Parts: sequence; C-alpha cells; structure tokens
Amino acid sequence: MSSPGSGNRIVQWIEYRLPIFSWLDHSVGSGYPAPKNLNYLWNMGSLAGAALVIQIVTGIVLAMHYVPHGDMAFDSVEHIMRDVNYGWLIRYIHANGASMFFLVVYIHVFRGLYYGSYKYPRELLWWIGLAIMLLMMATAFMGYVLPWGQMSFWAATVITNLFSAIPLIGDPIVTWLWGGFAVDSPTLQRFFSLHYLLPFVIAGVVIVHIWALHTHGSNNPAGIDVKGPQDTIPFNPYYTVKDLLGLGVFLIVFAYWVFYNPNYLGHPDNYIPANPLQTPPHIVPEWYLLPYYAILRAIPDKLGGVVAMGAAIGVLFLIPWLDTSRVRSATFRPIYRQFYWILIADILVLGWVGANPPEGHFILIGQLATAYYFLHFIVIMPFVGWFETPRQLPDSIATSVLDKGGGVDSAKEGAQ
Amino acid sequence: MTGRCPTIFVRPVLAVVAACLALLAAGPLMAAGDGRAPKSPGFSFQGPFGTYDRAELQRGFQVYQEVCATCHALKYFAFRNLRSIGFDEMQAKAIAAQYEVTDGPDEEGEMFERPAVLADYMPAPFANDNAARAANNGSLPPDLSLIVKARAGGEDYVFSLLTGYEDPPADVELGEGMSYNPYYDGSQIAMPPPLVEDGVEYADGTKASVERMARDVTTFLTWAAEPEMEARKRMGIKVMTFLVLLTVLLYMVKRKVWRDVH
Ligand code: HEC
Ligand code: HEM
Repeated sequence: MSSPGSGNRIVQWIEYRLPIFSWLDHSVGSGYPAPKNLNYLWNMGSLAGAALVIQIVTGIVLAMHYVPHGDMAFDSVEHIMRDVNYGWLIRYIHANGASMFFLVVYIHVFRGLYYGSYKYPRELLWWIGLAIMLLMMATAFMGYVLPWGQMSFWAATVITNLFSAIPLIGDPIVTWLWGGFAVDSPTLQRFFSLHYLLPFVIAGVVIVHIWALHTHGSNNPAGIDVKGPQDTIPFNPYYTVKDLLGLGVFLIVFAYWVFYNPNYLGHPDNYIPANPLQTPPHIVPEWYLLPYYAILRAIPDKLGGVVAMGAAIGVLFLIPWLDTSRVRSATFRPIYRQFYWILIADILVLGWVGANPPEGHFILIGQLATAYYFLHFIVIMPFVGWFETPRQLPDSIATSVLDKGGGVDSAKEGAQ
Repeated sequence: MTGRCPTIFVRPVLAVVAACLALLAAGPLMAAGDGRAPKSPGFSFQGPFGTYDRAELQRGFQVYQEVCATCHALKYFAFRNLRSIGFDEMQAKAIAAQYEVTDGPDEEGEMFERPAVLADYMPAPFANDNAARAANNGSLPPDLSLIVKARAGGEDYVFSLLTGYEDPPADVELGEGMSYNPYYDGSQIAMPPPLVEDGVEYADGTKASVERMARDVTTFLTWAAEPEMEARKRMGIKVMTFLVLLTVLLYMVKRKVWRDVH
C-alpha cells in the first residue's frame, strides 16, 4: 500500500494540518499490522461497533417521535409503528438491534475468555470491555422501560427495588431513583434521558478500548506474541475485507429477525400498556440478562442475591489474576479447555432457569448452576492453571500458520 | 487455500445459526402460560411470503363490528384503515358514517356528536374501564388492537380461545358468570362464548360457521395488530436478496485478497 494520501493535493493539504489520514492508516489501514492467523471470532469487535452505530442512528430517529411520559409513551410507540413512515422498520431494527448487539458482544467476550485475551499486557483492555458491557446492560434495561408496556413497568419496578437491599439508605435511594414513591412518569422520563445519554458514553469508552487494543495489538488464536513482520499482515486490505464479509453475514441474520420474526425476542406482555395495579404472572428480563437474573434469584436473601449478581460480573474483572496459567490460548490447554465448555453449558443452564418461574426443581438447578459459575472462576481457574501441563506452543504465529497448511483456522489445532 | 476457504466460512455461519437456534429455543421456554397449547389452524398470512386474504379481513371486520365491538374497544383502528383491508373509499366512508363521535367545542363552546369520517378512530363501547367492568361482571374486556401481539401463541391462541369453549369437567366449579375455556390461563374466562353458528350474516354470503367467523376475526385482529406485515415481508425479500448477493461478492473479494497469505 502506498503512503496515505500520496498524490492527492487536497489530501496532502489536510494531512499537513491535521494528520487524520495517517492516523486512519495506523488505526485501520495498511499501517496497522495485525496477526495473520485471526479467525472469524475476531470479527465480533467490528460487528459490535456496527451494532452500536445502528442503535444510535435508529434511536435518534425514534426519539424524534417518541413521547417520554407515562400517559403517552405506549401510544407514541404505536404511533411510530402505524403512522410514522417506516416507523415500524426503525423500531424493529432498534428493538432487535439490542439483541444483535448483545449476541456479538457476548461472543466477543467468550472469545477473549477462550484465547486468554485478558492476560498481560491486555488487562486494562479487558476491564474497559467489561465496563462497556455493564453500560450496555444499563442502557438496554432503560430502553426496555421506554415503550411502557407491562414488562417495561414491572422490570423497572423489580430492578430498581433491588437497591432497597442496601442497608439503612436503601429505601431513600429507591425513592430518589424513582423520583417519587413508585415507578411512574418521572422514572420514565429520567430513564429516557439516560437511555439517550449512555450510548454516547459507550462510544467514548469504545474509543479508549480501541486505544488500549492498538497499544499491543490483537491477541490471536495461538495466544503467542507477534515476533516480527512475518507474523503479521496489514489490517487493510486483509481485515477490512474480512470484517466487511462478517458484516454481510451479520446483517443477514439481523434482517431475518427484523423482517420475519420481529417480536420473537421480546415479551408479548410488553404489548399490554403498563398497569401498576396488575402484576404479570412471570416477570422476566430480555434473554441477554437471564443468566444474571437466575443468579439474583438463586440466593434466598435479597441483599445476598444482589451481591451475587454483582459478583458474577465482578469476578470477570479478577480473571487476569485468577487464571494462573502462563499459556493464553485454551487451544493449548487440554484440561482448561474442557472446563471452558462446561462453563458455557452452565451459563446456558442459568439462562434457562432465569426464563422460568423460581419454583420446583428450577430453584435447585439455579443454585447449583450459580455455585458452579463461581467455582469455575474462583477454584477451577487457578488450580487448573497450576497443575495442567500445556501442549507445546508453536514457535511463532508464522510457523503455526504454516504447520496447518497456510490457513487462518484455529479449530484444526485440536486435531493435531 | 482454495479447498479450505469454504470450510473456514462455513463454521462461523454455523455458529451464528446455532446461536439463533438457541435464541429460538429460548422463546417457547419463556412463553410458559398455563392454558392448553393452542391449535395451529394455519393462516394465509403466516410464513415468509404470507399475505392477508382481503375477503377474510373484511368478513373479520364485520364480525368485530357486529359481535366483539359490544364489549371490546379497538382504539388504534381508524376508519381510513378500512381502505387498507380492501374497502373502497365510498364503502369506507359509509361504514364510518354508521358511527357517532364526539367533536368540538363548537363556536358556542359546546361538544357535539357527528357521524364519523375516515380520519376518526373506532369509538369504544364504554366510556371508561369502570363502565366496561360494570357491564361485564367485574372483568375488563381488553382493547383488541394489539391482542394478537400481546398473547403468547398470537393468532393461534386467539383462534383457539374463540373456538375452545367446552362444558366444564365434573370436578370444576365455575364462578358466577364464568365460562370454561381450557385455552385461557386458568380455564375460567369472564367472556361468554362470543361466537354462535350464524351469529352474523356475511355480506358476501359465506356461511358463518363458528370456525369461519373465528378464522376471519382472528385474521382481522392480526391485521389490526400488525398492519405493516405485508409491507415488511415484501421489503424483507428485497433486503435479504440484496444482502445475500452482497455477501457472496464480499466472500469472493475476500478470497481473492487473502489468496497470497500463508
Ligand atoms: C359480552 C361481552 C364480550 C363479547 C361480545 C366479546 N368479549 Fe372478549 N372478552 C370479554 C371479557 C369480559 C373478557 C375478559 C375475560 C377475563 O378477564 O376473564 C374478554 C377477553 C377477551 C380476550 C382476551 C383473553 C385473554 O387471553 O386475556 C380476547 C382475545 C377476546 N376477548 C376476544 C374476543 C373476540 C374476538 C370477540 C368477538 C368475536 C369477543 N371477544 C367478544 C367480553 C366479551
Ligand atoms: C447502546 C445502544 C442502545 C441499546 C442497547 C438500546 C436498547 C433499547 C431497547 C432494548 C429498547 C426497547 C425496544 C422495544 O422493546 O421497543 C429501546 C427503546 C428506545 N430507544 Fe434505545 N438503545 C440504544 C441506543 C439508543 C439511542 C442512542 C437512542 C436515542 C437517541 C435511543 C432511543 C430509544 C427510544 C426513543 C426508545 C423507545 C422506542 C421503542 O421502545 O421502540 N436508543 N432501546
């Protein structure tokens, strides 16, 4: 690739005064070397960025027609669905976009967990990512309240009530959050304000995330450091075209939900206007929050449940130390790799329990799955790291690629 | 490289498909009502190419108008929407004119009644929820504009409910004014069986069996809940076709660009 902007006088004029072209080149251009062995799981970051942009663009259009008031919010969403030109399209993209956003971000996070992307020197990068995930949860939760249906209202009630578990000052805090003595229009209005704000905060934190990423570059499926130019390829054109291909696949999946199954991921009760006098039989959050919800309810004590739910994410902040192995990629960790998949199964079980009423055998299953979740991070992770004998690491990314016949595939490594 | 690329491409697609299947599987787990699982009679508007049958829509509107409207409001349905379900302008105006709506204030400051026009919305049968409850043994007949989206099982549920009334089993004691309907959560519903054989006389001469009326009114209520459905599916086909072609092209570009990487 030629140096940025060479030849074009206008580009040179700008570049001399504001070196934006060389900056772009070093960020996503030919001047940014990336490991040559990244697999398709490394597409999720750019897809998450695309999902954020889609949410912001559709959200701003929705906000032009939406009315954040308890008496009008539900009607205004129906007005968007029925009277605003292509309003249904915008709203269905936004509502399903939240699910698509979480889908790619969760794959992104579990990719990092598998390949040890949280280890030296990427600990801060990992934490910033977790901060983004927390901000997304807050944003999506408050967005879900905006249509002011039954689930909106009761989810808001249940979640804000959690703060009452805080000793002594819990109740005043809840009243303060609500802006009154119950979830009502003032609550809706502040949630709208914050729902508009937080995505831009996320965008800011994403910039810091990428800054940290570009400091040491991407991890890779082999989990070994880049040793020289033979291990890398320029981001552009290789990963730009690969990311675009991933975007194509992502948009196909996205479009399926929007055009053919737009309400599937939502809850039917949210098409019933909010009614403070009638509690729905089962209050459930959106699918992406179900595992945390299961952990919350697994502890019979309210404060304990809240602490456990917080700890479920808190423990992810600690894994740079909890993982004692010096090998990053689970590909070369025969024992840890099996526990990894058990953890995934455990989290799916938690999601299933979270979707069901806390009665009968669901209580016990939920408690066992919660216990195992923490056991994995607090006990299994450090001990496996100490006692496991990792497989022989490849000498370099270049040789690891050559060994496998010149591909970018990592899953084959298991078969060696 | 050549022989390998498709496999590389297939795996992430499989992963995404698997993730979506997992999400699909999560739905029924969540929609756990306590009523009997609804019947699936099959509707013309289901499936990726499904469209509403205009004759069904118009008959369904008639059923709503002559039967359900005594108790249920349909507040998001405007008379102009009659055009979209296949009535011509004259017919739509004539139907609207059968209803009186309150307007005003006039120059003297008085509210007045006038025949409805296309811009008006369907008037509700009761002045408020309390009046509706008082007339229905204390139970509130819900607004039907979104009912198909507001119930797990959607159109199948509404159809099953309307055709699902039975004599109560011997061990069930019905409450005052209640009817037995196993599709309803709790099986005791405050709505008396609304449909009876030949309950309406269809304008197009179709025989008004309970099943026919249930099907027609369910189709109409689905339209009321999802008036955009046909436009949505039509657009979906175009968007999907475009995206698939684009992705195939990107795939070929990607292969070409990556050919020399080892
Ligand atoms: C005599 C008044 C009356 C008529 C006529 C009537 N309904 Fe109802 N309907 C009710 C009442 C009352 C309820 C509330 C039931 C309850 O809470 O137990 C109800 C509830 C419903 C429900 C919601 C059930 C649920 O899952 O909560 C549907 C759907 C419904 N009606 C459809 C219809 C349709 C379609 C028609 C016309 C064919 C109709 N109704 C005619 C009184 C009526
Ligand atoms: C991180 C990005 C975002 C996420 C994850 C998100 C998520 C959500 C969710 C889950 C809903 C409920 C959808 C429904 O069930 O109807 C919602 C609604 C809404 N969002 Fe967002 N959102 C994001 C960004 C934005 C932005 C930037 C804006 C505006 C500037 C916005 C404006 C709205 C409005 C007006 C609604 C209510 C209309 C509706 O419910 O469809 N959102 N959002």
